[in-house]
Amino acid sequence: MNDEHQARRGNLRRLASMIAALLTARAVRAAFARRRARAIPTTARKGEDPSRRELPRNRRAEALVALLLVCAGVFAFGFTVVYVAAGASTQLLGIALGGALALVAAAAIVAGKAVVPQETSVEERGVLLDEEELGEVIEIVESGGEGISRRALLAGAAGLAGAGVLTAAVTPLASLGPDLDAIHQTPWRRGVRLVDDQGRPYSAADVQIGAFYNALPEHGEPDAFGSGLLVVKLPPDLIHLPAPRRAWAPEGILAYSKICPHAGCAISLYRYPTYQPTSVGPAFTCPCHYSTFSPGEGGRLMFGPAGRALPQLPLMIDGEGNLRAAAGFHEDIGPSWWSVRRSQS
Amino acid sequence: MSGLARRWLTRRARTPRALRGAAALLTGTAALLILANPRSPQANGAASGSPAAGPRAVSAPAGSVSPAAATGGVSAPAAAPEPPGTGRSKLPEAPAPGERTVPTPSSPALLAEGRSLYAEGCSSCHGLDLKGRTRMAPSLIGVGAGPVDFYLSTGRMPLENPHEEPLRTTPLYSPARIRALVAFVSSFGGPPAPTADAAAGDLALGLHDFTLDCAGCHQIVGRGGLTIGAVVPELQSATPQQVAEAVRMGPYVMPHFDSKQLDQHALDSVARYVLWTRAPSDRGGWGISNLGPIPEGMVAWFLAFLSMVIVARLIGERTD
Amino acid sequence: MTLGRRDRRLERTMRLGEERLGASRAIRWALRYVFPDHWTFLLGEIALYAFIVLVATGVFLTLYYVPSDSQVIYRGPYELLQGQQMSEAYRSVLDLSFNVPAGLLIRQVHHWAADVFIAAIVLHLIRIFFTGAYRKPRDLNYFIGLTMLMLAILEGFAGYSLVDDLLSGMGLAIAYSVALSIPFVGAQLGFLIWGGQFPGSRVFLPRLEIIHVLVIPVALAVLITMHLAMIMRQHHTQFPGPGRRERNVVGTPLWPAYALRSIGLALAVAAVLFLVGGLIQINPIWQWGPYHTYLSENGAQPDWYIGWLIGALRLMPNFEPTINGHTIIPNPFWGGALFPLIVFAAMYSWPALERWFTRDRRRHDLLDRPRDRPLRTAIGAAFLSWVVIIFAVGSTDRLFYRLDISYTAQIHFWRIGVWVLPVIVFFATRSACRALQRSGVHPLRDWQGEVVVRRADGSFATVGLSDDGDEERRETRRE
Repeated sequence: MNDEHQARRGNLRRLASMIAALLTARAVRAAFARRRARAIPTTARKGEDPSRRELPRNRRAEALVALLLVCAGVFAFGFTVVYVAAGASTQLLGIALGGALALVAAAAIVAGKAVVPQETSVEERGVLLDEEELGEVIEIVESGGEGISRRALLAGAAGLAGAGVLTAAVTPLASLGPDLDAIHQTPWRRGVRLVDDQGRPYSAADVQIGAFYNALPEHGEPDAFGSGLLVVKLPPDLIHLPAPRRAWAPEGILAYSKICPHAGCAISLYRYPTYQPTSVGPAFTCPCHYSTFSPGEGGRLMFGPAGRALPQLPLMIDGEGNLRAAAGFHEDIGPSWWSVRRSQS
Repeated sequence: MSGLARRWLTRRARTPRALRGAAALLTGTAALLILANPRSPQANGAASGSPAAGPRAVSAPAGSVSPAAATGGVSAPAAAPEPPGTGRSKLPEAPAPGERTVPTPSSPALLAEGRSLYAEGCSSCHGLDLKGRTRMAPSLIGVGAGPVDFYLSTGRMPLENPHEEPLRTTPLYSPARIRALVAFVSSFGGPPAPTADAAAGDLALGLHDFTLDCAGCHQIVGRGGLTIGAVVPELQSATPQQVAEAVRMGPYVMPHFDSKQLDQHALDSVARYVLWTRAPSDRGGWGISNLGPIPEGMVAWFLAFLSMVIVARLIGERTD
Repeated sequence: MTLGRRDRRLERTMRLGEERLGASRAIRWALRYVFPDHWTFLLGEIALYAFIVLVATGVFLTLYYVPSDSQVIYRGPYELLQGQQMSEAYRSVLDLSFNVPAGLLIRQVHHWAADVFIAAIVLHLIRIFFTGAYRKPRDLNYFIGLTMLMLAILEGFAGYSLVDDLLSGMGLAIAYSVALSIPFVGAQLGFLIWGGQFPGSRVFLPRLEIIHVLVIPVALAVLITMHLAMIMRQHHTQFPGPGRRERNVVGTPLWPAYALRSIGLALAVAAVLFLVGGLIQINPIWQWGPYHTYLSENGAQPDWYIGWLIGALRLMPNFEPTINGHTIIPNPFWGGALFPLIVFAAMYSWPALERWFTRDRRRHDLLDRPRDRPLRTAIGAAFLSWVVIIFAVGSTDRLFYRLDISYTAQIHFWRIGVWVLPVIVFFATRSACRALQRSGVHPLRDWQGEVVVRRADGSFATVGLSDDGDEERRETRRE
């Protein structure tokens, strides 16, 4: 069976990874073991001057550095070859350039550790705070103001000029900001038809219980923040709208803004149980922070961080049986800001 | 045991340091690769969007839904009033013209085998008369072949505890027995099983519709995810027929999509896209599960940055 | 011998600089500049080299990126997006990934380098904190480092958002909601940045690009220069040890050994980034698809360095104070703005707080071992665990998926755990520090520090080296 095979492979992988992890741990430990053994006995005794200079004279290391550099050159030219000849495969390019850099790095490190003279030297730290110098500097700065009689007037005037120039400098920032009234606007108003992303109108008869539909305003800008709608239909026993909204859901069809009132993500998770007694009831969930809203109760928050309910759009069915907005949104859609009004639900 | 492991870990080795360092880096890399990618897609040959995988779609309208055979004459206890929301709102509909279906198997021998399998494995929850049991399991009358095939062929049924979410496991029944059960339950009415022909689908349309209707729960490359109250399965093991069945019926808490919302061509395309996600185009290299930033962050810290720190550790000294 | 010829060439070069700039003194000083040798001192260097890789690869990417939100229909080589409507910005990055030879490699290296850059800064900061390297005279430099961390996070987020794929669009929506949530000025600020309501007017992407490729990188470059200049003026810190005192620096001079090793590290950083960039895929934007306001996907995540904010947004209960049905402070403010503000404010104010509590205003050039300052170490560990828990909560949805643990249960658990666990960490760390102080054992090594030496008279004696070292440290601290 395919699944069984996969499960067995999963176990094998897990086992292999455990072994690999253990081997890694051991190898890493071992890699540092000898250094430790060497480092401790050579520790300088207390009070001893740690300065020293050694000439390694390590011919093998020199040969190794040369070899590494030659290999690096080969890899580096390989990059150009891959670029020109092998269709510039990302993987081969990465290996060629990364490999070349790694080899030069290894050469530099080996050279730095085993080819050039190894030196430990001691340097005295300079003094940072020199009282004498500091005093002199302060004096020089102060002397620049000698002979000025109306110090306060000049300082005040300079302050005023500075503040003015600063204000002038930041004023153009305001021209970045357009009219804030747009924050309340959505493409939805009475009579706007609900269409799908291909522009086909939604017929009320086609809306089924247990399905969800992405709706956009006909002739509206689809990417406007307020455009996206979630449309679902619920059986009457699951609809408990607040009294003023009784007429908002003709034939049990409800529409909500698709934008989460928490952080502005599009809500695209709808759950509807096949058999509610053994699972959870209908809900919308936002995939960003998992705010969960109840479609039957006017978008009431059921779980998560959202501070207010999901805004609902009143619907109506026109003479041709198509879905239309019965009015615009009664509250602001999208993430909240200071002073935004919350819905009554 | 732990003492032994500790000694083995700390024992001084005789292999050269450079070799050990290299081995450490190599095994570490391998361990990370394996750990970060426990469910890699099948080998490239198996899928790579090849629509040949999965059972062939057959587009013959199956008009021969056999009438309910003798049900064995066992009457169930009178059903108590069901709680709200149990209305069978997601009941599969008869296929629209042009929709692909699989002919429902039917023969007296199959029905008999199905009946006995049903009595043995399903009736304790769904009832011997298929009417379901209050607060335990829904009725199966009129569901047709699709749901039965879906739940059984993905191993989601039978379910130990009816209050748990049915999740994909190894199927309990062989394909032949599933056919028998499909034949038996279908004899109580309902449409034939829907299916999809991935070869007829269009990948670009598949991605488009998957993004709009499926990615909110299943993640954009079909790696599964979470909705509050339910696990959303990954889709890499799903066959085109299973995709079609799930789309049309909406198993568990998934919404369903009828042919007005997703027509047969769209369904074929979604099925083709789902097959494609088994081996998506990872032209950037190893795909680390196609999950995005979480595995990327792990690689950045524990592979890339860690190996730089190891280099730093080799260059620098440490204090004693 | 060839040595003579080489000598002359070297001399000619040096003379060139000397005759025009009189540079010998400065060069001599630089070549003999002593670097105390410790591997943790190289973490900042890793960040520096990652930054250099970022600039180099970023310049390449800038040459291809088109900061435009005009909608176009894709007709490129990638089959799955054929005929899809998308922004020009997203298409330009697709073209860079599919049509430009080595374009994808450079893009992936750039992205990996960003992830590593911030990882290196964070680990560097952790080292600085736990060893007390931020104390006078280095507090100024510590503030510069914190500022660079903040800028680096903003820079990374801006880069991630430029692409205009599904993930960057969702991330920007959240950023917009956080901007909007700032009390009193939020809506104005959000409109100011986006040039209107989200997803913003056509000016938004060009603004974001200038911020990403010019404003923040230049600021970072200036701050890095200041950071390094201050280090050169003050010299590195060093761990206490034999011969190492407050008043001196013991280590390797720049020329030649240290320069070679440092070049080696720089090349190793670049090598790892190019290897990973070529072999491991990062941010496959063609798989995510274009962004539209009405689209989203499950399991969407920001890059790791934003993860702590997502965690905070998810962990926060739905608390939103209102007056008469009007929101006063929207919910995203707590997790998205107040939480990072608190974290950075705590880090900025720590040196002053410590000075105030310990009344220690002296200059410090020797580092502390974390265990020798149990209180600081415990506070730091508790604070770190607090942030790390919130960070981890940002990925519980994926953990839930893998481990089959209820998400709601996890959130309810961590809403309490995020306050309880740091307290436990605090006491555990403090007592561990004290125990280590007493035992003198290094927590990461099992060396017990005993060496048998043969005396002149032929007898043997055991010398406890770690005791010896401690004595040295105590002595240097008294100085």
